[in-house]
Amino acid sequence: MIKRLFLCVRQYKRDSILAPLFMVGEVSMEVLLPYLMAMLIDNGIDKGDMNYILNMGLRLFAAAMLAMCFGILSGAFAASASAGFARNVRKDLFYSVSGFSFSNIDKFSASSLVTRLTTDVANVQNAYQMIIRMAVRAPMMLLMSFAMAFSVSRKLSMTFLLALPILGFGLWYVITSTHPIFVRVFKTYDKLNRVVRENLRGMRVVKSFVREGFEREKFGVISDIIFKDFSKAEKRLAINMPLMQLCAYGCLIMLMWFGARMIIVDKELATGELMSLIAYSMQILSSLMMLSMVFVMIIISRASAERITEVLNETSSLRNPDAPVFKVKDGSISLKGVNFSYAGKGGKICLAGANLDIASGETVGILGGTGSSKTTLVQLIPRLYDATGGEVIVGGVNVRNYDIESLRNAVSVVLQKNVLFSGTIKENLLWGNENATNEEIARACSLAQADGFIDALPGKYGYFVEQGGSNVSGGQKQRLCIARALLKNPKILILDDSTSAVDTRTDAAIRKAFKEDLPKVTKIIISQRAASVQDADKIVIMESGRIEAVGTHETLMRTSQIYREVYESQTRGGDFDEASQA
Amino acid sequence: MKPRRPEGGRPGGRGARINPKTAKRLLFLIAGRYKLHFAFVSLCIIVSSIANIAGAGFTQTLVDDYIQPMVASSSRDFSGLLKALGVLGSAYAVGIAASYFYNRVMVVISQGVLKKIRDDMFYRMQLLPIKYFDQNNFGDIMSRYTNDTDTLRQMISMSLPQTFSSLIMIAAVSWTMLSISVPLTLLVFACVACMLFATKLLGGKSAVHFIGQQKALGDINGYIEEMINGQKVVKAFNHEEKSKEAFDSLNDGLNSQAASANRFANIMMPVVGNIGNLQYVLIAIIGGAMALSGTGGVTLGAIAAFLSLSKAFAFPIGQISSQMNAVIMALAGAERIFALMDEEPEPDDGYVSLTNAELIGGQLMECQKRTGIWAWKHPHGDGRVTYTRLTGHVELIDVDFCYNENELVLRNITLTANPGEKIAFVGATGAGKTTITNLINRFYDIADGKIRFDGININKIKKTDLRKSLGIVLQDVNLFTGTVMENIRYGNLNASDEEVIAAAKLANAHDFISRLPDGYQTPIESDGANLSQGQRQLISIARAAAADPPVMILDEATSSIDTRTEAIVQTGMDRLMEGRTVFVIAHRLSTIQNAQAIMVMEQGRIIERGNHNSLMEKNGRYCQLYTGKLAEQ
Repeated sequence: MIKRLFLCVRQYKRDSILAPLFMVGEVSMEVLLPYLMAMLIDNGIDKGDMNYILNMGLRLFAAAMLAMCFGILSGAFAASASAGFARNVRKDLFYSVSGFSFSNIDKFSASSLVTRLTTDVANVQNAYQMIIRMAVRAPMMLLMSFAMAFSVSRKLSMTFLLALPILGFGLWYVITSTHPIFVRVFKTYDKLNRVVRENLRGMRVVKSFVREGFEREKFGVISDIIFKDFSKAEKRLAINMPLMQLCAYGCLIMLMWFGARMIIVDKELATGELMSLIAYSMQILSSLMMLSMVFVMIIISRASAERITEVLNETSSLRNPDAPVFKVKDGSISLKGVNFSYAGKGGKICLAGANLDIASGETVGILGGTGSSKTTLVQLIPRLYDATGGEVIVGGVNVRNYDIESLRNAVSVVLQKNVLFSGTIKENLLWGNENATNEEIARACSLAQADGFIDALPGKYGYFVEQGGSNVSGGQKQRLCIARALLKNPKILILDDSTSAVDTRTDAAIRKAFKEDLPKVTKIIISQRAASVQDADKIVIMESGRIEAVGTHETLMRTSQIYREVYESQTRGGDFDEASQA
Repeated sequence: MKPRRPEGGRPGGRGARINPKTAKRLLFLIAGRYKLHFAFVSLCIIVSSIANIAGAGFTQTLVDDYIQPMVASSSRDFSGLLKALGVLGSAYAVGIAASYFYNRVMVVISQGVLKKIRDDMFYRMQLLPIKYFDQNNFGDIMSRYTNDTDTLRQMISMSLPQTFSSLIMIAAVSWTMLSISVPLTLLVFACVACMLFATKLLGGKSAVHFIGQQKALGDINGYIEEMINGQKVVKAFNHEEKSKEAFDSLNDGLNSQAASANRFANIMMPVVGNIGNLQYVLIAIIGGAMALSGTGGVTLGAIAAFLSLSKAFAFPIGQISSQMNAVIMALAGAERIFALMDEEPEPDDGYVSLTNAELIGGQLMECQKRTGIWAWKHPHGDGRVTYTRLTGHVELIDVDFCYNENELVLRNITLTANPGEKIAFVGATGAGKTTITNLINRFYDIADGKIRFDGININKIKKTDLRKSLGIVLQDVNLFTGTVMENIRYGNLNASDEEVIAAAKLANAHDFISRLPDGYQTPIESDGANLSQGQRQLISIARAAAADPPVMILDEATSSIDTRTEAIVQTGMDRLMEGRTVFVIAHRLSTIQNAQAIMVMEQGRIIERGNHNSLMEKNGRYCQLYTGKLAEQ
């Protein structure tokens, strides 16, 4: 894990090394100060030597100035190193996700990927900065101060040896005993957030079932767990400060007592030296405290680092072949004994033994029950997923042998969960073909029956679509998505229930336009409306992951009971809007 | 969760300004609720701070009163020093105890306040009208529960006691220093002024870049969210490289802002710390010079004490300046939290309530147990209480409605639904069908006109009771984390397992649920992502069936369900509609043909009404829709 993250340092290696180096410089100077000060007091003030005072004062001044310069440099390098490290981590993550296949995305889920790219990166960035600064500063300070104190007075330094283990053990106990509680609390926090999110989304449901009280209780229970766990953990943390004080005060009193005796009785020590020992004792204890904080930070960010490396180490389950085919000859499709499972080989089979032949330019309708794997079937064609078994052949070539980009350019899918991006309508449409001319755009929109409403929008093609397309209606969104797909000039066009929110009149107009203006394009239409597929050259009936029947409207009316049922239910008691087509 | 916030919405982005009102309110929330705790904590902090500096002050006594004289006089009587150290030790012991107590009690206060804030916020959120949720970004509301509460936690449990103890320390140290030597104290003050100046200068620079960083972070997080959620589309359109390009430029922008912001923040610590060191040096030199020349009564002990005291003085100042940012951020968060808490709740002046009733001798009487008969309990001004049986008679009289002022969405809607009747709304998207149903359960309040339920104006009915009497199946299904069983039981919390299964059977959902891996105990994750649209729809119908209300509002969502499932759903819906007053936004012919009244809507008006036959005879818009003539136009 550390190794993988370390790869992200790259061009910031220099800064990442310089930051701790300068930190060492700063710490050395700071540790020197009490020592010089002791000399100033004992040899200067105590002996009344003004020259010595000035001389030593100058050195002290120089040391302090040096410390400041080193500190500034260290801080500056640490800032650019950690920001740069975060930049690289974020970049690697985004690139990694960009290389993901659909099944990789499914595995992580979009929302978890977003968290990894945002919150987790921020945590790791903080930890990194902490490591190259504080994780260097604290132990250096501890060791150097101790060494200096030892050189001043071996005997009195023993007091630290007494205090250090007490503080160290106490801090260790606090950290190890609170850490699992904090981990638990953060998990509970996720639950709390989930309740809030679900309430926000489902506020109409909550209100119409009058479940405000119920939800409040649900929230209250979780809120209470957080309260109790947090209190428990923080109460343990509450001994941190008094423990630190105990050690510090203990050291202080011992130093004063034994120090005074040594000065007066044994004449082994001077007043200034005692002062420097007191200063060292504070430095030693506070650096231990800092060390414990660093330790906690690193533990907290470990989970984030783990989540990030998971994404970085994930290899895309789709690979470009070694000698890819770049040209898709035509829009013919052939499925030969295709099996598919989202869980890979051995998983639950969603599509079994699918055989289907579609000639270039045909219009194919697909009908089937919920979960009958209609969407799964069509997603295999542009190789959004790889078939677990069997062959998917497009334009006479197995899809695995194509260059993925060329294949997907030739096969345009309007996904069931289609998405528009924030930007103008034109920008969104240009996703289909960034070099499209205004005429081409207008033509695609007119085929998708989107030109009418676009012209009525303020700014027309310059109308700004908000994130997620929240400021256009469902039907408008679907038509824009169709137009976007058309702009690719595909050989195969797949509409996965893409006109569900479009009224029947427009739906019919879209199909009519397709038939007349796109005769060479293979059109696959998944729909809930029998009438939408009724005129297709071929209708595919799917049931529980199998192709149940294939045929024209007339043959299926005779041979397929399912189709007959569907058709009759829709024309007899079906969709009101459908009546206009019947 | 959306990490993006509105422009400048990030704490600290408001020009680092403290809103005194918010600060006061927060302080009151803390101090007001925990008066005794708060007083105790304050006392303990004072004791602990004074004990802390007692040691630094004692240095002078140690050097001037014991070490120096004893070295000079060769006296070896240590009893005085022992006694003095004993006193100091006792003071320390008290200080340690005090700091333990205040840290402990502070946990009670901070966690208690946070729980109170969380609970209050959620409580208040539940009371807000639908309109609030239409107008506010979910991510923005969410961030109050996450970021804002978190900054508040840090502030209450850390910044607040630290700032207070720092202030006490500053006061106590100043006093001690002044009592030892005025000129040296002035020197310390001058150095501190330099420190503050450096803090302000660097802090100001850093703040500018921090604001820039937050903005850049918001931009990039928004971009990440959008691209990751649309990643499948990105792939279907081979847009990976393009999206990487845009990402890189945002990422580089963030990098430079973050580096600058952190640079200034990182530099602050060594600069301030080393000004402290310089001050240390200056005290030694100037103090030494003064001691040698004998001015101002400066002794060796005084210098020694000053060396410790000046550190003890710089430390709390550094602490306050470093806490300042946290305090400002927390206050900005508190302001946003308070803004949510101050939102006007959904007004409810209703006084008519829904009760269980039984018929005794033809007379409607209130009773406690569930009888299946419901009555509206209507208290009158003169103290009389009348009961009206709940039948499901709904009428709308001349109703106008607008979301924004002056922009009428519905005009002159008048219609009557008799108990058990089915009213179907048909018309294009945006004609106002859904809006009408939202008025009946008072998600929105009408601008003009009247809506009566069993003859009672719905304004007089308590909203919760009104909604209890109305069942609803929305087009967008929202499920909650929990099992399938729990989700259906959402309709009626008292339903037994058998009743839940019966509701599922009625909704035709039983078959598919039984086929799920764990049947009714199958967990539903993140709004039912593991179920198909049709299955989710079925669960929502079962949920409404479990509630078993006299009036149903249905938004037929045929589009998301395939034809086979639709037939299954339809049977469920038909059973659900049986014997109830139903308002249905209709797409299916059978629903419409069975309706007692069909309202054809266009641009917020009912343009035609009647049953199927009469509307066909009329040969108007409905007939056009039905025969499909419009399609040929």
